[in-house]
Amino acid sequence: MKGDSNEQALLKGLANNDSKAIETIYKDNFTMVQTFIISNNGSYDEARDIFQEAMIALYEKAQTESFVLTCQIKTYVFSICRRLWLKRLQQLGRFTQQVDSMEETVAVEEDLVTHEKRNAEFVIMDRALNSLGEPCKSLLEGYYLKKMDMAALANEFGYTNADNAKNQKYKCLMRLKKLFFSQYNIGE
Amino acid sequence: MDDIFLLEAIERYLNGEMNPEERSYFEALCKKTPEIEQMVVEHNMFMHQMDLYVAHANIKHTLHEVHSNLRSKGDINEGGELPTRGKIIQFWNKYKRVTAIAASVGGVIALFISGLVVYFSSFVTDPKLQQLGKDLEAVKKSQQYQGSIINEVKSKIPSNARLLSGGSGFLIDPKGYIVTNAHVLRGTGAVVVNYKGQEFNSSIVIIDQIKDLAILKIMDTDYVAAKSIPYTIQKNNADLGEEIFTLGYPRNDIVYGMGYLSAKTGFNGDSLSYQIQISANPGNSGAPVFNKNGEVIGVLSTRQAQADGVTFAVKSKNIYSIVEDLKNSDSAFRKIKLPGKSILKGVERKTQITKVEDFVYYVKAYGK
Repeated sequence: MKGDSNEQALLKGLANNDSKAIETIYKDNFTMVQTFIISNNGSYDEARDIFQEAMIALYEKAQTESFVLTCQIKTYVFSICRRLWLKRLQQLGRFTQQVDSMEETVAVEEDLVTHEKRNAEFVIMDRALNSLGEPCKSLLEGYYLKKMDMAALANEFGYTNADNAKNQKYKCLMRLKKLFFSQYNIGE
Repeated sequence: MDDIFLLEAIERYLNGEMNPEERSYFEALCKKTPEIEQMVVEHNMFMHQMDLYVAHANIKHTLHEVHSNLRSKGDINEGGELPTRGKIIQFWNKYKRVTAIAASVGGVIALFISGLVVYFSSFVTDPKLQQLGKDLEAVKKSQQYQGSIINEVKSKIPSNARLLSGGSGFLIDPKGYIVTNAHVLRGTGAVVVNYKGQEFNSSIVIIDQIKDLAILKIMDTDYVAAKSIPYTIQKNNADLGEEIFTLGYPRNDIVYGMGYLSAKTGFNGDSLSYQIQISANPGNSGAPVFNKNGEVIGVLSTRQAQADGVTFAVKSKNIYSIVEDLKNSDSAFRKIKLPGKSILKGVERKTQITKVEDFVYYVKAYGK
């Protein structure tokens, strides 16, 4: 397959959340997907949503160790988007005519099942975090998302010392765990 | 405090921050007390979820940045006709009401003319008719879009959030518990609107993707709880051929529809749902399906593409099981009580509707 090593490098960049690589993939593929969705009953916003979801699916795939992409990035992204869009149309009942195109596609059903599971987990965590309330939410986000250290966090939130902030963080974490698992176990 | 100490120890153990001595002591402790070992396993799993969450959030962020970056560079574009940013937005804000009204008037005129065309051209062949149907669809869509803009003016949706999807829902407990479809709730929160147009903040308390059901709780000081709910929720399966009706929000106004139960299973033999013959549109999802006695027999959920009027509804007994799940998950929800008495039996349809419409809500889901 032509351009193989180049594509591998791009995927590696994507897996590491490298914005240069992401920008290249984005630029090469977005317009194709946008055209497809707009010409099949979609809006610009929907095109962006679907494309970004496909990018996330590709990102998840690129991160697994056993990852091998057996086709071009373009084909894979398009196949995912096509599948996602068909599903969305069906859900909305907006299915007026068969969606078809001349593009080549590959089977992506299995990958999408994994992706949807991940998505569901993301939503559960997001919801759990959002229902924590402040300052718990920002404290945990500061520690786990922004990777700030305890001293900086204590300073930002006005705790007298890092130990107090740490205690508070653990209390918040316990609440978050409880919220998360109560939803997660139902979801299973 | 002990819990915190233990949690800290577990986290240090998992991060490999313990020295060998401490480590072997901790491992011995785990062997002795299965509860602690269980906590370690659970915490490890949770931290893995947390890592995935962080990665997902970061990539989402990067994608947004790349998108707006490429847009400002002009490498990708999103069509000029829908201005969203920049100077034009002020102009747009100023005139959006006028535009919306103008568009609606335009829509009405278009509909009127289409109507005239249909009326006067009795010899239209089939394909043409279909073409017309599609045009109407487009007009309706633009009207719907405009409608949502008008509504956003004084909406309770947080200003930094985006409206993601809409549907219907109905009360199952006067304390403010509303049942809707899981697929209606695509974002992180939702507001519900009653048929008079009043909005209430609500929070999502449970979502079950398999049953495609979810429960919201109204959390709003403006909300005044009704004394009781006029309808009951059927526990048994409904019968084939039963006459049914529904109330929902495919538009901003509440809409009534009538039909019959056509099969005891749903799409591809799905035993969780019924097939019903009723005309439904996007937005009807989550609407209650009543039998002629005014008992809820299902929750309208999907329709079959390319087949007219073939719609599916989640069976009402699933409402009982999701409420049971909710009660078991958190003691705060023990007090939910599903309605026990119907006052709609043998009553004229018009009266049934006026009694019920208070309890059917428009659900708008939003996310960031």
